[in-house]
Amino acid sequence: MTWDWGAVADFLPYFFEGLVVTLEALALGSLIAFALGLVWTLLMRTPTRWVRWPVGVFTEFVRDTPLLVQLFFLFYVLPEAGVTLSPLTTGVLGLGLHYSTYTMQVYRAGIEAVPAGQWEAATALSLPVRRTWTAVILPQAVRRVVPPLGNYVIAMLKDTPMLMTIGVLEMLGRARLVSQQNFQFTEPLTVIGVAFVVVSYLASLCLRTLERRLVR
Amino acid sequence: MSVETSKQPALTGTLPTELIRLEGVTKRFGDNTVLDGLDLSVDAGRHVTLIGPSGSGKTTILRLLMTLAKPDEGTITVDGQRLFPAPERQVREVRKKIGMVFQQFNLFPNMSVLRNLTEAPVRVLGLSKDEAEARARELLDLVGLADKCDAKPTRLSGGQQQRVAIARALAMRPQVLLLDEVTSALDPELVAGVLDLLRDIARSTDITMLCVTHEMGFARDISDQVLMFDAGRVIETGPPEKIFGDPEQERTREFISAVL
Repeated sequence: MTWDWGAVADFLPYFFEGLVVTLEALALGSLIAFALGLVWTLLMRTPTRWVRWPVGVFTEFVRDTPLLVQLFFLFYVLPEAGVTLSPLTTGVLGLGLHYSTYTMQVYRAGIEAVPAGQWEAATALSLPVRRTWTAVILPQAVRRVVPPLGNYVIAMLKDTPMLMTIGVLEMLGRARLVSQQNFQFTEPLTVIGVAFVVVSYLASLCLRTLERRLVR
Repeated sequence: MSVETSKQPALTGTLPTELIRLEGVTKRFGDNTVLDGLDLSVDAGRHVTLIGPSGSGKTTILRLLMTLAKPDEGTITVDGQRLFPAPERQVREVRKKIGMVFQQFNLFPNMSVLRNLTEAPVRVLGLSKDEAEARARELLDLVGLADKCDAKPTRLSGGQQQRVAIARALAMRPQVLLLDEVTSALDPELVAGVLDLLRDIARSTDITMLCVTHEMGFARDISDQVLMFDAGRVIETGPPEKIFGDPEQERTREFISAVL
Protein backbone atom coordinates (compact mmCIF):
# COMPACT_ATOMS: atom_id res chain seq x y z
CA MET A 1 0.00 0.00 0.00
CA THR A 2 1.51 3.31 -1.01
CA TRP A 3 0.47 6.79 -0.11
CA ASP A 4 -0.04 9.05 -3.07
CA TRP A 5 -0.18 12.77 -2.35
CA GLY A 6 -1.32 13.26 -5.91
CA ALA A 7 -4.47 11.31 -5.11
CA VAL A 8 -5.05 13.56 -2.11
CA ALA A 9 -4.72 16.64 -4.28
CA ASP A 10 -7.11 15.18 -6.84
CA PHE A 11 -9.65 14.44 -4.15
CA LEU A 12 -9.51 17.78 -2.31
CA PRO A 13 -11.87 19.82 -4.53
CA TYR A 14 -14.51 17.09 -4.20
CA PHE A 15 -13.74 16.73 -0.53
CA PHE A 16 -14.56 20.38 0.14
CA GLU A 17 -17.86 20.05 -1.68
CA GLY A 18 -18.62 17.05 0.48
CA LEU A 19 -17.54 18.85 3.64
CA VAL A 20 -19.91 21.72 2.91
CA VAL A 21 -22.79 19.27 2.45
CA THR A 22 -21.91 17.42 5.65
CA LEU A 23 -21.78 20.64 7.64
CA GLU A 24 -25.01 21.83 6.07
CA ALA A 25 -26.76 18.60 6.97
CA LEU A 26 -25.33 18.75 10.48
CA ALA A 27 -26.27 22.39 11.09
CA LEU A 28 -29.80 22.14 9.72
CA GLY A 29 -30.36 18.71 11.23
CA SER A 30 -29.27 20.01 14.64
CA LEU A 31 -31.53 23.04 14.40
CA ILE A 32 -34.50 20.83 13.59
CA ALA A 33 -33.56 18.39 16.36
CA PHE A 34 -33.25 21.21 18.90
CA ALA A 35 -36.50 22.93 17.91
CA LEU A 36 -38.60 19.83 17.34
CA GLY A 37 -37.32 18.21 20.53
CA LEU A 38 -38.50 21.22 22.49
CA VAL A 39 -41.89 21.02 20.80
CA TRP A 40 -42.20 17.34 21.79
CA THR A 41 -41.19 18.12 25.35
CA LEU A 42 -43.74 20.88 25.72
CA LEU A 43 -46.47 18.78 24.09
CA MET A 44 -45.68 15.96 26.52
CA ARG A 45 -46.37 18.40 29.35
CA THR A 46 -49.82 19.46 28.18
CA PRO A 47 -52.62 18.37 30.48
CA THR A 48 -54.61 16.57 27.75
CA ARG A 49 -53.70 12.96 27.30
CA TRP A 50 -55.05 13.14 23.73
CA VAL A 51 -51.98 15.17 22.90
CA ARG A 52 -49.48 13.38 25.14
CA TRP A 53 -50.43 9.89 24.04
CA PRO A 54 -49.92 10.22 20.27
CA VAL A 55 -46.77 12.30 20.75
CA GLY A 56 -45.41 9.72 23.17
CA VAL A 57 -46.12 6.80 20.83
CA PHE A 58 -44.77 8.58 17.76
CA THR A 59 -41.51 9.71 19.36
CA GLU A 60 -40.97 6.32 20.97
CA PHE A 61 -41.46 4.72 17.56
CA VAL A 62 -38.98 7.07 15.89
CA ARG A 63 -36.43 6.60 18.67
CA ASP A 64 -36.66 2.82 18.50
CA THR A 65 -36.31 2.41 14.74
CA PRO A 66 -33.02 2.79 12.87
CA LEU A 67 -32.21 6.11 11.26
CA LEU A 68 -31.37 4.32 8.03
CA VAL A 69 -34.85 2.80 7.83
CA GLN A 70 -36.35 6.23 8.46
CA LEU A 71 -34.25 7.79 5.71
CA PHE A 72 -35.36 5.11 3.25
CA PHE A 73 -38.93 5.61 4.33
CA LEU A 74 -38.77 9.36 3.82
CA PHE A 75 -36.98 8.99 0.51
CA TYR A 76 -38.91 6.16 -1.09
CA VAL A 77 -42.31 6.21 0.56
CA LEU A 78 -43.08 9.92 0.83
CA PRO A 79 -42.97 10.44 -2.97
CA GLU A 80 -45.70 7.82 -3.24
CA ALA A 81 -47.80 10.11 -1.08
CA GLY A 82 -47.00 12.94 -3.49
CA VAL A 83 -44.28 14.57 -1.40
CA THR A 84 -41.02 14.72 -3.31
CA LEU A 85 -38.04 16.27 -1.59
CA SER A 86 -34.43 16.62 -2.62
CA PRO A 87 -32.02 14.06 -1.13
CA LEU A 88 -30.41 16.66 1.13
CA THR A 89 -33.76 17.99 2.39
CA THR A 90 -34.90 14.44 3.07
CA GLY A 91 -31.65 13.72 4.90
CA VAL A 92 -31.84 16.86 7.01
CA LEU A 93 -35.44 16.09 7.96
CA GLY A 94 -34.53 12.50 8.79
CA LEU A 95 -31.60 13.47 10.98
CA GLY A 96 -33.56 16.27 12.68
CA LEU A 97 -36.59 14.10 13.33
CA HIS A 98 -34.58 11.14 14.59
CA TYR A 99 -32.44 13.19 16.93
CA SER A 100 -35.39 15.28 18.14
CA THR A 101 -36.60 12.17 19.93
CA TYR A 102 -33.33 12.19 21.88
CA THR A 103 -33.18 15.93 22.50
CA MET A 104 -36.70 15.81 23.90
CA GLN A 105 -35.40 13.60 26.68
CA VAL A 106 -32.54 15.99 27.32
CA TYR A 107 -34.97 18.89 27.58
CA ARG A 108 -37.27 16.94 29.84
CA ALA A 109 -34.44 16.15 32.22
CA GLY A 110 -33.25 19.77 32.11
CA ILE A 111 -36.71 21.12 32.86
CA GLU A 112 -37.35 18.63 35.64
CA ALA A 113 -34.05 19.60 37.24
CA VAL A 114 -35.29 23.17 37.78
CA PRO A 115 -36.42 23.19 41.42
CA ALA A 116 -40.16 23.25 42.13
CA GLY A 117 -39.54 26.41 44.17
CA GLN A 118 -38.93 28.30 40.94
CA TRP A 119 -42.42 27.43 39.70
CA GLU A 120 -43.85 28.35 43.08
CA ALA A 121 -42.08 31.71 43.15
CA ALA A 122 -43.38 32.44 39.65
CA THR A 123 -46.91 31.57 40.74
CA ALA A 124 -46.56 33.70 43.87
CA LEU A 125 -45.62 36.63 41.62
CA SER A 126 -48.59 35.88 39.34
CA LEU A 127 -46.30 35.48 36.33
CA PRO A 128 -48.28 34.08 33.39
CA VAL A 129 -47.42 30.48 32.48
CA ARG A 130 -45.89 31.44 29.16
CA ARG A 131 -43.66 34.03 30.81
CA THR A 132 -42.68 31.56 33.51
CA TRP A 133 -41.45 29.23 30.80
CA THR A 134 -39.55 31.81 28.77
CA ALA A 135 -38.10 33.92 31.57
CA VAL A 136 -37.63 31.49 34.44
CA ILE A 137 -37.67 27.79 33.55
CA LEU A 138 -36.10 27.52 30.11
CA PRO A 139 -33.16 29.86 30.80
CA GLN A 140 -32.30 27.73 33.79
CA ALA A 141 -32.82 24.50 31.88
CA VAL A 142 -30.56 25.65 29.04
CA ARG A 143 -27.36 25.49 31.03
CA ARG A 144 -28.18 21.93 32.01
CA VAL A 145 -28.99 20.77 28.50
CA VAL A 146 -26.02 22.17 26.58
CA PRO A 147 -23.54 19.39 27.39
CA PRO A 148 -25.83 16.47 26.48
CA LEU A 149 -27.14 18.31 23.40
CA GLY A 150 -23.53 18.77 22.33
CA ASN A 151 -22.96 15.04 22.53
CA TYR A 152 -25.91 14.45 20.24
CA VAL A 153 -24.55 16.97 17.73
CA ILE A 154 -21.36 14.94 17.55
CA ALA A 155 -23.30 11.69 17.30
CA MET A 156 -25.32 13.23 14.48
CA LEU A 157 -22.14 14.23 12.68
CA LYS A 158 -21.08 10.61 12.70
CA ASP A 159 -24.48 9.58 11.30
CA THR A 160 -24.32 11.97 8.34
CA PRO A 161 -22.64 9.32 6.09
CA MET A 162 -25.95 7.47 6.12
CA LEU A 163 -27.30 10.22 3.89
CA MET A 164 -25.08 8.76 1.18
CA THR A 165 -27.56 5.93 0.85
CA ILE A 166 -30.25 8.28 -0.41
CA GLY A 167 -27.90 10.02 -2.82
CA VAL A 168 -26.58 12.92 -0.78
CA LEU A 169 -22.98 13.58 -1.77
CA GLU A 170 -21.59 14.38 1.64
CA MET A 171 -18.00 13.53 2.56
CA LEU A 172 -18.28 9.76 2.40
CA GLY A 173 -20.36 9.90 -0.76
CA ARG A 174 -17.71 12.02 -2.43
CA ALA A 175 -14.91 9.80 -1.21
CA ARG A 176 -16.62 6.71 -2.55
CA LEU A 177 -17.32 8.31 -5.92
CA VAL A 178 -13.74 9.46 -6.37
CA SER A 179 -12.31 6.19 -5.08
CA GLN A 180 -14.33 4.11 -7.47
CA GLN A 181 -13.29 6.24 -10.41
CA ASN A 182 -9.57 6.13 -9.60
CA PHE A 183 -9.36 2.83 -7.71
CA GLN A 184 -7.53 4.67 -4.93
CA PHE A 185 -9.38 4.20 -1.68
CA THR A 186 -6.76 4.95 0.96
CA GLU A 187 -6.31 8.65 0.44
CA PRO A 188 -9.94 9.84 0.17
CA LEU A 189 -11.06 7.71 3.11
CA THR A 190 -8.16 8.88 5.25
CA VAL A 191 -8.85 12.50 4.40
CA ILE A 192 -12.49 12.28 5.43
CA GLY A 193 -11.57 10.33 8.55
CA VAL A 194 -9.31 13.16 9.62
CA ALA A 195 -12.01 15.65 8.68
CA PHE A 196 -14.53 13.91 10.99
CA VAL A 197 -12.06 14.09 13.85
CA VAL A 198 -11.34 17.78 13.24
CA VAL A 199 -15.01 18.74 12.96
CA SER A 200 -15.92 16.75 16.10
CA TYR A 201 -13.08 18.31 18.01
CA LEU A 202 -13.95 21.85 16.92
CA ALA A 203 -17.59 21.24 17.80
CA SER A 204 -16.69 20.02 21.27
CA LEU A 205 -14.43 23.05 21.79
CA CYS A 206 -17.31 25.38 20.86
CA LEU A 207 -19.57 23.51 23.25
CA ARG A 208 -17.14 23.72 26.11
CA THR A 209 -16.85 27.48 25.62
CA LEU A 210 -20.60 27.82 25.48
CA GLU A 211 -20.93 25.71 28.60
CA ARG A 212 -18.45 27.83 30.53
CA ARG A 213 -20.31 30.95 29.52
CA LEU A 214 -23.66 29.60 30.61
CA VAL A 215 -22.47 28.29 33.93
CA ARG A 216 -21.14 31.66 34.99
CA MET B 1 -78.89 48.15 52.31
CA SER B 2 -78.79 51.91 52.02
CA VAL B 3 -77.91 52.24 55.68
CA GLU B 4 -74.99 49.91 55.24
CA THR B 5 -73.53 51.68 52.25
CA SER B 6 -73.82 55.08 53.89
CA LYS B 7 -72.08 53.71 56.96
CA GLN B 8 -69.18 52.10 55.16
CA PRO B 9 -66.93 55.13 54.55
CA ALA B 10 -67.08 56.02 58.21
CA LEU B 11 -66.23 52.46 59.18
CA THR B 12 -63.15 52.14 57.03
CA GLY B 13 -60.08 52.28 59.16
CA THR B 14 -61.96 52.18 62.41
CA LEU B 15 -63.48 48.73 62.55
CA PRO B 16 -61.60 45.70 61.30
CA THR B 17 -62.70 44.38 57.91
CA GLU B 18 -62.31 40.75 57.15
CA LEU B 19 -59.72 40.10 54.45
CA ILE B 20 -59.24 36.35 54.47
CA ARG B 21 -61.83 33.71 55.19
CA LEU B 22 -61.43 29.95 55.13
CA GLU B 23 -64.52 27.82 55.68
CA GLY B 24 -64.48 24.08 56.21
CA VAL B 25 -61.16 23.73 54.44
CA THR B 26 -59.91 20.17 54.23
CA LYS B 27 -56.70 19.09 52.59
CA ARG B 28 -55.51 15.52 52.32
CA PHE B 29 -52.33 14.05 50.94
CA GLY B 30 -53.24 10.44 50.35
CA ASP B 31 -54.51 9.05 53.62
CA ASN B 32 -53.01 11.89 55.57
CA THR B 33 -55.48 14.66 56.44
CA VAL B 34 -53.35 17.77 56.80
CA LEU B 35 -56.20 20.22 57.32
CA ASP B 36 -59.44 19.02 58.78
CA GLY B 37 -62.46 21.24 58.16
CA LEU B 38 -60.59 24.39 59.11
CA ASP B 39 -62.43 27.69 59.63
CA LEU B 40 -60.29 30.78 59.81
CA SER B 41 -60.83 34.50 59.47
CA VAL B 42 -58.15 37.17 59.30
CA ASP B 43 -58.90 40.89 59.41
CA ALA B 44 -57.15 43.38 57.18
CA GLY B 45 -53.90 44.69 58.58
CA ARG B 46 -53.54 41.93 61.14
CA HIS B 47 -50.30 40.14 61.75
CA VAL B 48 -51.12 36.54 62.42
CA THR B 49 -48.61 33.92 63.44
CA LEU B 50 -49.23 30.23 62.91
CA ILE B 51 -47.43 27.98 65.35
CA GLY B 52 -47.58 24.30 66.10
CA PRO B 53 -45.67 21.08 65.58
CA SER B 54 -44.46 20.26 62.07
CA GLY B 55 -47.02 18.48 59.96
CA SER B 56 -49.85 20.27 61.73
CA GLY B 57 -50.95 22.07 58.55
CA LYS B 58 -49.52 25.58 59.02
CA THR B 59 -47.56 25.71 55.81
CA THR B 60 -50.40 24.07 53.92
CA ILE B 61 -52.64 27.03 54.72
CA LEU B 62 -50.13 29.42 53.20
CA ARG B 63 -49.81 27.21 50.14
CA LEU B 64 -53.58 27.07 49.70
CA LEU B 65 -53.82 30.84 49.93
CA MET B 66 -51.02 31.24 47.40
CA THR B 67 -52.84 28.76 45.11
CA LEU B 68 -49.83 26.44 45.13
CA ALA B 69 -52.21 23.71 46.23
CA LYS B 70 -55.96 23.21 46.11
CA PRO B 71 -58.14 22.22 49.02
CA ASP B 72 -60.18 19.04 48.77
CA GLU B 73 -63.15 20.67 50.44
CA GLY B 74 -64.19 24.08 51.67
CA THR B 75 -64.06 27.64 50.43
CA ILE B 76 -61.42 30.35 50.53
CA THR B 77 -62.31 34.03 50.15
CA VAL B 78 -59.87 36.91 49.96
CA ASP B 79 -60.97 40.54 50.05
CA GLY B 80 -64.56 39.54 49.30
CA GLN B 81 -63.61 37.51 46.24
CA ARG B 82 -63.68 33.76 46.04
CA LEU B 83 -60.26 32.19 45.58
CA PHE B 84 -61.48 28.62 45.83
CA PRO B 85 -63.50 27.30 44.24
CA ALA B 86 -63.32 29.91 41.50
CA PRO B 87 -62.77 30.15 37.75
CA GLU B 88 -59.11 30.42 36.71
CA ARG B 89 -59.61 34.00 35.55
CA GLN B 90 -60.76 35.07 39.00
CA VAL B 91 -58.00 33.10 40.70
CA ARG B 92 -55.48 35.09 38.68
CA GLU B 93 -57.01 38.36 39.84
CA VAL B 94 -57.24 37.41 43.51
CA ARG B 95 -53.73 35.95 43.51
CA LYS B 96 -52.27 39.37 42.73
CA LYS B 97 -53.36 40.55 46.15
CA ILE B 98 -51.16 37.95 47.81
CA GLY B 99 -47.40 37.70 48.05
CA MET B 100 -45.27 34.96 49.53
CA VAL B 101 -41.76 34.57 50.91
CA PHE B 102 -40.39 31.05 50.96
CA GLN B 103 -38.12 29.13 53.25
CA GLN B 104 -35.62 28.55 50.42
CA PHE B 105 -35.90 32.13 49.04
CA ASN B 106 -36.59 30.86 45.50
CA LEU B 107 -35.02 33.85 43.80
CA PHE B 108 -34.60 33.49 40.04
CA PRO B 109 -30.89 32.69 39.68
CA ASN B 110 -30.82 33.58 36.00
CA MET B 111 -31.81 37.19 36.68
CA SER B 112 -30.06 40.04 38.42
CA VAL B 113 -31.37 41.10 41.81
CA LEU B 114 -33.01 44.13 40.22
CA ARG B 115 -34.75 42.06 37.56
CA ASN B 116 -36.02 39.66 40.20
CA LEU B 117 -37.89 42.68 41.54
CA THR B 118 -39.01 44.21 38.24
CA GLU B 119 -40.02 41.13 36.25
CA ALA B 120 -43.48 40.65 37.76
CA PRO B 121 -44.40 44.34 38.20
CA VAL B 122 -43.62 44.90 34.51
CA ARG B 123 -45.20 41.68 33.22
CA VAL B 124 -48.15 41.39 35.56
CA LEU B 125 -49.00 44.88 36.81
CA GLY B 126 -48.02 46.54 33.54
CA LEU B 127 -45.62 49.05 35.07
CA SER B 128 -43.13 50.69 32.74
CA LYS B 129 -39.55 49.51 33.10
CA ASP B 130 -38.57 52.85 34.67
CA GLU B 131 -41.40 52.79 37.21
CA ALA B 132 -40.63 49.21 38.13
CA GLU B 133 -36.92 49.93 38.54
CA ALA B 134 -37.59 52.99 40.67
CA ARG B 135 -39.86 50.92 42.90
CA ALA B 136 -37.32 48.11 43.02
CA ARG B 137 -34.47 50.42 44.00
CA GLU B 138 -36.62 51.93 46.74
CA LEU B 139 -37.36 48.46 48.11
CA LEU B 140 -33.76 47.31 47.88
CA ASP B 141 -32.85 50.41 49.81
CA LEU B 142 -35.46 49.47 52.42
CA VAL B 143 -33.97 46.01 52.83
CA GLY B 144 -30.46 47.45 52.93
CA LEU B 145 -29.22 45.99 49.65
CA ALA B 146 -29.28 49.01 47.33
CA ASP B 147 -25.72 48.22 46.25
CA LYS B 148 -26.62 44.69 45.07
CA CYS B 149 -28.93 45.67 42.19
CA ASP B 150 -26.76 44.12 39.49
CA ALA B 151 -25.55 41.12 41.47
CA LYS B 152 -26.75 37.61 40.68
CA PRO B 153 -28.71 36.17 43.63
CA THR B 154 -26.28 33.27 44.03
CA ARG B 155 -23.57 35.77 44.93
CA LEU B 156 -25.50 36.83 48.02
CA SER B 157 -25.58 35.30 51.47
CA GLY B 158 -28.72 33.47 52.57
CA GLY B 159 -29.81 36.42 54.67
CA GLN B 160 -29.33 38.81 51.78
CA GLN B 161 -31.19 36.49 49.43
CA GLN B 162 -34.10 36.34 51.82
CA ARG B 163 -34.20 40.12 52.12
CA VAL B 164 -34.26 40.36 48.32
CA ALA B 165 -37.08 37.80 48.29
CA ILE B 166 -39.04 39.94 50.75
CA ALA B 167 -38.45 43.01 48.58
CA ARG B 168 -39.53 41.03 45.53
CA ALA B 169 -42.81 40.06 47.18
CA LEU B 170 -43.43 43.66 48.27
CA ALA B 171 -42.73 44.97 44.76
CA MET B 172 -46.13 43.58 43.77
CA ARG B 173 -47.78 45.69 46.52
CA PRO B 174 -49.76 42.76 47.87
CA GLN B 175 -52.43 43.19 50.52
CA VAL B 176 -51.39 39.94 52.12
CA LEU B 177 -47.86 38.75 52.75
CA LEU B 178 -47.36 35.07 53.48
CA LEU B 179 -44.15 34.17 55.28
CA ASP B 180 -43.27 30.49 55.26
CA GLU B 181 -40.56 29.75 57.83
CA VAL B 182 -38.48 32.46 56.24
CA THR B 183 -35.55 32.10 58.62
CA SER B 184 -35.39 28.30 58.84
CA ALA B 185 -32.81 27.94 56.08
CA LEU B 186 -30.55 30.71 57.38
CA ASP B 187 -27.36 30.51 59.35
CA PRO B 188 -28.10 31.61 62.92
CA GLU B 189 -26.16 34.87 62.66
CA LEU B 190 -28.22 35.95 59.64
CA VAL B 191 -31.62 35.41 61.23
CA ALA B 192 -31.75 38.66 63.18
CA GLY B 193 -31.33 40.87 60.09
CA VAL B 194 -34.28 39.26 58.35
CA LEU B 195 -36.50 39.35 61.43
CA ASP B 196 -35.67 43.02 62.08
CA LEU B 197 -36.65 43.83 58.52
CA LEU B 198 -39.97 42.02 58.91
CA ARG B 199 -40.63 43.84 62.19
CA ASP B 200 -40.03 47.14 60.38
CA ILE B 201 -42.41 46.16 57.61
CA ALA B 202 -45.02 45.03 60.09
CA ARG B 203 -44.80 48.34 61.95
CA SER B 204 -44.60 50.71 59.01
CA THR B 205 -47.15 49.24 56.60
CA ASP B 206 -50.75 48.13 56.82
CA ILE B 207 -49.99 44.88 55.03
CA THR B 208 -51.69 41.79 56.39
CA MET B 209 -49.20 39.13 57.40
CA LEU B 210 -49.60 35.42 57.85
CA CYS B 211 -46.48 34.01 59.28
CA VAL B 212 -45.44 30.41 59.90
CA THR B 213 -42.44 30.46 62.19
CA HIS B 214 -40.52 28.64 64.86
CA GLU B 215 -39.05 31.91 66.13
CA MET B 216 -41.25 32.36 69.15
CA GLY B 217 -39.66 35.66 70.19
CA PHE B 218 -40.39 37.07 66.78
CA ALA B 219 -43.93 35.68 66.85
CA ARG B 220 -44.53 37.36 70.19
CA ASP B 221 -43.12 40.64 68.84
CA ILE B 222 -44.96 41.13 65.62
CA SER B 223 -48.23 39.31 65.91
CA ASP B 224 -51.62 40.58 67.00
CA GLN B 225 -52.90 37.08 66.95
CA VAL B 226 -51.38 33.65 67.34
CA LEU B 227 -52.98 30.48 66.06
CA MET B 228 -51.90 27.23 67.64
CA PHE B 229 -52.21 24.29 65.26
CA ASP B 230 -52.34 20.65 66.02
CA ALA B 231 -53.27 17.81 63.68
CA GLY B 232 -54.89 20.01 61.06
CA ARG B 233 -57.00 22.11 63.41
CA VAL B 234 -56.60 25.39 65.23
CA ILE B 235 -56.74 24.30 68.84
CA GLU B 236 -56.21 27.69 70.40
CA THR B 237 -56.13 31.28 69.28
CA GLY B 238 -55.46 34.54 71.04
CA PRO B 239 -53.12 37.48 71.45
CA PRO B 240 -49.45 36.53 71.88
CA GLU B 241 -49.44 37.45 75.59
CA LYS B 242 -52.11 34.88 76.25
CA ILE B 243 -50.77 32.09 74.05
CA PHE B 244 -47.20 32.46 75.23
CA GLY B 245 -48.03 33.54 78.79
CA ASP B 246 -51.07 31.67 79.89
CA PRO B 247 -52.43 29.27 77.27
CA GLU B 248 -55.66 27.46 77.97
CA GLN B 249 -54.85 24.23 76.21
CA GLU B 250 -52.48 21.73 77.70
CA ARG B 251 -51.22 20.90 74.18
CA THR B 252 -50.30 24.55 73.58
CA ARG B 253 -48.50 24.72 76.90
CA GLU B 254 -46.51 21.60 76.04
CA PHE B 255 -45.57 22.87 72.60
CA ILE B 256 -44.46 26.25 73.84
CA SER B 257 -42.38 24.93 76.68
CA ALA B 258 -40.79 22.49 74.21
CA VAL B 259 -39.71 25.15 71.70
CA LEU B 260 -38.81 28.02 74.05
